[in-house]
Amino acid sequence: MNPLKTFPKGGVHPEENKLSADQPIQDFPLPKQIIVPLGQCLGAPADPIVQKGDHVLTGQMIGTAKGFVSANVHSPATGTVAKVDVVMDHTGYYKPAVFINVDEEEQWVDGVIQTDELLTEIKLDSNEIINKIKECGIVGMGGATFPTHVKLMIPEGKKAEYIIINAAECEPYLTCDNRLLLEKTKEFLMGVKILMKAVNTDKGVIGIERNKMSAIELLDKTIAENRDLFAGIQVQPLKTKYPQGGEKQIIKAITGREVPSGKLPIETGCVVVNVASTYAIYEAVQKNKPLVERIVTVTGKSVKHPGNYRVRFGTPANLLIDAAGGLPDDTANIINGGPMMGKSVSVTDFPVIKGTSGILLMNVKDAQPRKVGNCIRCGRCAIACPMGLQPFLINKLAKLDMFDETEKNHIMDCIECGSCEFTCPANIPLLDYIRYGKAKTGAIIRARNQK
Amino acid sequence: MNNILLISLIVLGVLGGILAIILYFVAQKFKVEENPLIDEVEACLAGANCGGCGYAGCRNFAEACVKAASEKQSLAGLNCPSSDMQKVADVLKLTVEAAEPMIAVVRCNGSCENSPAKVHYEGADICAFANTLYAGEGGCSKGCLGLGDCVKKCPFDALHINKETGLPEVDEEKCVGCGACAKACPRGIIEVRPRGKNNRRVYVCCSNTDKGAIVMKSCSVGCIGCQKCFKTCPFEAIEMRGNLAYIDPAKCKSCRKCEEVCPRGTIHAVNFPPRKPKAEQPVGEPVQQPVVEQPVKEKVTIENKENA
Amino acid sequence: MNNYTISGSPHVHGTDSTQKIMGRVILALIPALLVAIYYFGWYALRLTIVSVGACILTEWLIQKFLIKGPLTINDGSAALTGLLLAFNVPANLPIWMVIVGSVVAIGIGKMSFGGLGKNPFNPALVGRVFMLVSFPTAMTTWPQAQPIFRDGFFADAVTGPTPLGLLKESGAQSLDQMQFVDMVLGNRGGAFGEVCTIALLIGALYLIVRKVIDIWTPLVILLTVFVFTGICHLINPTVYIAPWYHLVYGGLILGAFFMATDMVTSPMTIRGKMLFAFGVGVITVVIRLWGAYPEGVSFAILIMNALTPLINRLYKPYVFGVVKPSKKQ
Repeated sequence: MNPLKTFPKGGVHPEENKLSADQPIQDFPLPKQIIVPLGQCLGAPADPIVQKGDHVLTGQMIGTAKGFVSANVHSPATGTVAKVDVVMDHTGYYKPAVFINVDEEEQWVDGVIQTDELLTEIKLDSNEIINKIKECGIVGMGGATFPTHVKLMIPEGKKAEYIIINAAECEPYLTCDNRLLLEKTKEFLMGVKILMKAVNTDKGVIGIERNKMSAIELLDKTIAENRDLFAGIQVQPLKTKYPQGGEKQIIKAITGREVPSGKLPIETGCVVVNVASTYAIYEAVQKNKPLVERIVTVTGKSVKHPGNYRVRFGTPANLLIDAAGGLPDDTANIINGGPMMGKSVSVTDFPVIKGTSGILLMNVKDAQPRKVGNCIRCGRCAIACPMGLQPFLINKLAKLDMFDETEKNHIMDCIECGSCEFTCPANIPLLDYIRYGKAKTGAIIRARNQK
Repeated sequence: MNNILLISLIVLGVLGGILAIILYFVAQKFKVEENPLIDEVEACLAGANCGGCGYAGCRNFAEACVKAASEKQSLAGLNCPSSDMQKVADVLKLTVEAAEPMIAVVRCNGSCENSPAKVHYEGADICAFANTLYAGEGGCSKGCLGLGDCVKKCPFDALHINKETGLPEVDEEKCVGCGACAKACPRGIIEVRPRGKNNRRVYVCCSNTDKGAIVMKSCSVGCIGCQKCFKTCPFEAIEMRGNLAYIDPAKCKSCRKCEEVCPRGTIHAVNFPPRKPKAEQPVGEPVQQPVVEQPVKEKVTIENKENA
Repeated sequence: MNNYTISGSPHVHGTDSTQKIMGRVILALIPALLVAIYYFGWYALRLTIVSVGACILTEWLIQKFLIKGPLTINDGSAALTGLLLAFNVPANLPIWMVIVGSVVAIGIGKMSFGGLGKNPFNPALVGRVFMLVSFPTAMTTWPQAQPIFRDGFFADAVTGPTPLGLLKESGAQSLDQMQFVDMVLGNRGGAFGEVCTIALLIGALYLIVRKVIDIWTPLVILLTVFVFTGICHLINPTVYIAPWYHLVYGGLILGAFFMATDMVTSPMTIRGKMLFAFGVGVITVVIRLWGAYPEGVSFAILIMNALTPLINRLYKPYVFGVVKPSKKQ
């Protein structure tokens, strides 16, 4: 095992609560109707290319990417399009979605290899791989849903030295990446190889937090056993500290390089890809399978059977919650994603999308609103901030709408990890104000740049 | 003892004298030449820096007025909603046509009763932030979030959140229609409209452009886009913006027919005398057209310029 | 149907709260309080209760009737101010003076700025210095320590000089009258909270272990005082006493561990805290050796409190990924 590494500045250590770490992945059956939102990535929502009454096969494209930072959407099931309408998704807003009535018999589109066999020969070249990833609509499945093909297109004059696989899973509660590593180890490692080929590098590093010892050992063992196949791939254990899985933090931890303020990670010669995305890339490149499903952790302290499910997109979350033992009575907060960066949702039946890493049901005890006090200037937020910002100051400046000052204090470098708010003894909603300030400051900067 | 006192007095006195002379010369040397009219104009203004004129502050507006007066001999396009433009015109020895008085109108009636809370918000009291998190406690994605960004931005203390309804209320006495609140609202719910004749105006009290079915889910008084008012209006003053009716104040003659036909009670007519019993519905109201028309048109030009 | 909560992330929160932090500091002061009761009996206990009570009451009255804001007395900061204020006065101080001091500490030192977190100066020290300049005689007439098993719980106070006062009066030769061990244990004259170095250090250790305070501020203060007085001692040992006496003879330990580390009024970053601590150390020594007062910790901390905003501007944390300006140019 390689010696432990970590990022040097800030960070917090919330209770890990990996309740479902030992639960094997279960296939979740398709419901009668699925609602596939067209906006499943960071950028613009896809344009629908199906109409009411169309019959679609599993894996058939139903929405095409619109714009540069956008990804295709494929049908996760075989069935008939009931309507193209809007649905309230995890954002709390009505967004366009395709409603599909699912047939009993599933039929994949042509060309998809459905065997479980491990395909080790990479037939495509670099550009073909990236095109395949783009075609199959693969995005960063850690939650940010940034289209992966955009990341892999290395700009002119830059060179990708490392492929870093972000397996830190530093969010408490979530276990989906961990389970995937344990159950699909070789497929995952093949995904890393494909990524290395895509950006023409021979170094792949898997950054993984130490609280997932079994995964680290299994990966080490698998790589050692197949030394020729997985040459160049290295497992790097990381200290269990939030936000270890932040893109900038994991690059710093593994390579010691710092992403310059306001620049992209490629400046440091690193491309960071999520575990689930890596697996999806394997499936896309080797098996021709578009991204139509993912592993979702359904968890929470009051949930009867926390578990990990392989879910087709568009499945309403309430079905998953039912499968995990039903919605507990003391649920106070339903979160799409992890507790540190996830988003609280207004409805229980929001559809699962590419970025839904977990469905977390917080109970009343943990979600209880705390009394907000005065800032006692303890400076803990500044100590906890992994980006070296002064949250107490930015918070106040944003509150006073002093956006030129927030810009000078590097508000745009905030990664919104929430460490400051987590650690604040006065329970000030620091990140709320900072996000507000960041949005406003960003708008001002964009307006200025356009001039 | 006396000596000390005397010496101190003399020293201080001489020091004060010398410094005063220096100060005088410095002030003379570095004097900034500025048109005294600017100060005079500024004195006429409200001094709230509300931004209703389109300039950054009252001083900038005053400068613009003086400049316009010297270059174009007219104050066309310059209007301060919060003070008396006549005074400004007097200072600059010009004439100005009185602008239509404006008022902020909150186009949402999703009170706690009409749009009952389905979820419950915890966090910073900023609409602009809550807007990024969710549709609203009642579930309407275009409705008022009730956290008071508009209240905080009002320089005239004319907006307050009504605790019972959870909606901001405009104080008609204090509101000057500067539009600071309209700019602050992340959902564009507040519109600055002409006050109307006798302070009477008709407007659609909803901003939701979603389909009727979705509006129905979240609110009992939201516009569902049924187009009844659109079809009823005898003056073509109502246009449909998506699934939302909009009454053009320039064309509206305050006949209140739309108010009657609206099945959801979304169209509000304020400050009208109570209606007579339904049987004897008066039809005569729109007769007063010519009187209303003149100022209304003028107002529109001002508004267009503000927008541009 | 449940009313689910919508809130911005993060949805989990650390367990620390303002209340807990204040509680820990109060807990850390308990050993010193017990020792004070042992040496000064009834007087120490009475003063502490009055001072804490007066501080809480003042804050409550101001919140209730002047500010009409939410009540904050249960966050424990008023109690802490009261405790620290009591620790800084002679045990036989008249009750009414302590009450005046408490009212000034909370009313002017804290609430006039807007309450907890907004005060530029340490409220307890504001109260203390106010009393020191208003009632100089009462505030500098120190009762001698009288262990309660020898003289009883309600024994009358016997006044005498503090070690530093004695030094100021009669110079370095007065050291002969003092036993270093007595000084460390607290068997000496002085403000009743500051006398027992051992008890204070136990409390401080607890705070450091619980990460309420960090070691840097007190360490740098003590080091600065030690080095500065050490240099003076080397230059002229007959006038200036050895540095280790300076560490334990006055309120330095109390000030360094419990007052200079006050979160509200000290800088945010470690480097800032060190500069702050250095300043406190230097000013303390300057006042002690050449000033009019025998003790200078309170003034030193207050002066540095005033500089805290500037220090905060000077030392900002290093921002991730930002090239240092010197390299940029």
